[in-house]
Amino acid sequence: MEPLQRFLIVSAVLFATGLYGALSLRNVVVVLMGIELMFNGVNVAMVALSRYVVPATLAANPGSATDSALRTVLTGQVFAAFIITVAAAEVAVGLAIVLALYRSRETVDITDASSMKQ
Amino acid sequence: MIPEPAVWAIILLPLGSLALIAFVIRPFFNRAARLSGYITILALLGSLALSGWALKSALGHEGPIGFTLHPWLTLGGPTSATGFTFRVGLLLDPLSAIMLVVVSGVSLMVQVYSQGYMRGDPGYSRYFAFMSLFTASMLGLVLARNLIMLYVFWELVGLCSYLLIGFWYHRPAAAAAAKKAFIVTRLGDFGFLLALLYLYFHRASFVAAGLDPFDIADLHRAVATGAIGGMVVTWLAVGVFAGAAGKSAQFPLHVWLPDAMEGPTPVSSLIHAATMVAAGVFLVARLYPVFVASQMAMNVVAVIGGFTALFAATMGLVMNDIKRVMAYSTVSQLGYMMLALGVGAPVAAIFHLFNHAFFKCLLFLGAGSVNHATGTFNMQFMGGLRRVQPWTYATVLVAGLSLAGIFPLSGFWSKDEVLVAAWRGGTAFSQVVFWLAMAAVFLTAFYAFRMMFLTFHGQFRGGVEAEQGGHASGEHRVHLAESPAVMVFPMVVLGIAAVVSGFLANPVVDLGPIPKHWFAEFLGGALGETHPQKTSLGVAVVSMLVALGGIGLAWAMYGTRVLSPQRVGRALRPLHTLLTQRYYMDHLYERAIVSRGFYKGACQALEKFDDNFVDRAVNMVGWFSRNTGHSVRRLQTGQVQLYGVGIVLGIIVILAVYLIGQ
Repeated sequence: MEPLQRFLIVSAVLFATGLYGALSLRNVVVVLMGIELMFNGVNVAMVALSRYVVPATLAANPGSATDSALRTVLTGQVFAAFIITVAAAEVAVGLAIVLALYRSRETVDITDASSMKQ
Repeated sequence: MIPEPAVWAIILLPLGSLALIAFVIRPFFNRAARLSGYITILALLGSLALSGWALKSALGHEGPIGFTLHPWLTLGGPTSATGFTFRVGLLLDPLSAIMLVVVSGVSLMVQVYSQGYMRGDPGYSRYFAFMSLFTASMLGLVLARNLIMLYVFWELVGLCSYLLIGFWYHRPAAAAAAKKAFIVTRLGDFGFLLALLYLYFHRASFVAAGLDPFDIADLHRAVATGAIGGMVVTWLAVGVFAGAAGKSAQFPLHVWLPDAMEGPTPVSSLIHAATMVAAGVFLVARLYPVFVASQMAMNVVAVIGGFTALFAATMGLVMNDIKRVMAYSTVSQLGYMMLALGVGAPVAAIFHLFNHAFFKCLLFLGAGSVNHATGTFNMQFMGGLRRVQPWTYATVLVAGLSLAGIFPLSGFWSKDEVLVAAWRGGTAFSQVVFWLAMAAVFLTAFYAFRMMFLTFHGQFRGGVEAEQGGHASGEHRVHLAESPAVMVFPMVVLGIAAVVSGFLANPVVDLGPIPKHWFAEFLGGALGETHPQKTSLGVAVVSMLVALGGIGLAWAMYGTRVLSPQRVGRALRPLHTLLTQRYYMDHLYERAIVSRGFYKGACQALEKFDDNFVDRAVNMVGWFSRNTGHSVRRLQTGQVQLYGVGIVLGIIVILAVYLIGQ
């Protein structure tokens, strides 16, 4: 099995686990955790693709970049770093909403927070 | 030779008078409303002088005087294959020169008369503004070289007649009459419009010959050279004639003219003499070569004209309203002009138009003068007026004799030419219309003198006070006296014209400075009638005798009362009823066509369609949206996770489609 495939399998498992948690569990905190898992699955996929696929694609076009430049292409890694940062901010906001919800409703059950339908 | 700006000024002077009255006098100096009348008269004096100059130029010039053609509207680029440029310009030829003099001269007389007749009317300025526009439109119509330009002025004439017939718009009858005139003439105008569109669709054959389809001179040339022919010309001529029949009140579109009496009397006078109804005859004469090219169109014109001449005259026999008698008389005389055109005598038609303009205008002014004294138009309450209104009596008598066609007054000369033309027409149709016209001569003389005897002879029968049962309202009052000089003066001028216009314009022998048959020679060349009509002593004598017979019968019935009109009426009761009911034509139009056919038939069908299809479609859209919303609303649970599932499923579907597509 190629290394890329292994990474992608791990990524998919992480994403699917997170998705299941986000869509099926009732506790808001656990839902947020599920979302974090999905982020991490995406991050793994980004870094893996950046490491294995992008250099190969560039190498297929000789003359488009020098060999040293190829080794320093870090687009996926940079994206992953950004996602981690944004996820941290998002968790902060999410937990604040959870707190506000708990204060007004005395519950963290997501199915009780259905006032969006109005 | 008259320069082009001077010819434009003939139209622009009355138009300027309209602008001055509408934008300066009425908003700012409405207290000095009499200024409006003076301005109109001055403008028309200018127009008349310039028209005289134009006539002099046309007399000294061989063929039509064409002026510069100005590009007006270009469609699709002038160089492209489908492109087309409309050009406007003036055409001064003998026909338009004569019409110019008639229109501006008669209009001027009417304006002078209106000074007296309309004095003190609250709409005095408005009246003269409309009259200026009316005259300007007619002058423009006469001078137009381009059919589109002619059509614009044609419709303006229709608009002005609407405005003036409905001048006293607060009277329901006047408002209805104005509407009727507008709608009925519009029916005819629709035919004219179709003819113009037809011409536009056939423009290729003109362009190929280097001609402009809307240029009147080019149209004549196209017919002469055969660039168009056959059914194209026939349809074109019939369409144009439909417009002319509407404007000139020919059967079956004559119903608007008798109702047009609701306007002020000078307006009727102008409409009947020079402006509105003359436009139809003028149009046919203007496009005469097109009609000549189609024998079928000529026959239509002749038969409609001849029939109208007799048909309208019969209705004139029994009317009690003096203005209605004259209205049917106008319809009948227009029929004469049309039949003259139809049997190939355009000169006789225009000659009759020329003479008729003067004596018919005079008759209406006389009716207004009589109304001034008695307060009514109903002849049953008049009588004996010749003693109190000697000037009116004398002038109306001249006009009546002229209308009846008595030697040597103007009507005799032109009516005789029309009859001779029909007699010598050479086709079966012209024979038929000759006898129709001859019968109409008798009836014309009868109703003209019935009107004379009822109005001016015998004893006075009380005027408006008797009509309304002894208590006349303040507006109309019996005031037996001659009309003021400002009203009598134009009548005398027109009376002189009614005496001499026939003989001086087209004398049968050389008269010093006036050569023999100059009118026919002058006009004949322009209209393609090269050999002037020969007079026929036989026809002249017979028509004179017939007319005298009509006068004699009128005298017997209404002068001496040897024959009691009541007993004649009773003896011929069904006929009498048919005539007083105007052949039930108005009933047919108003009850059957408009009320039943249009309101009950077409409008109700449309209402059903509106209810059942249009409204239902709108309701269906609303119902569908509401019910869709009703069912879709359930999906909106507020459960975030459910939305999430939706999003995921959506993504899966998109991905699946994408992958399958690959």
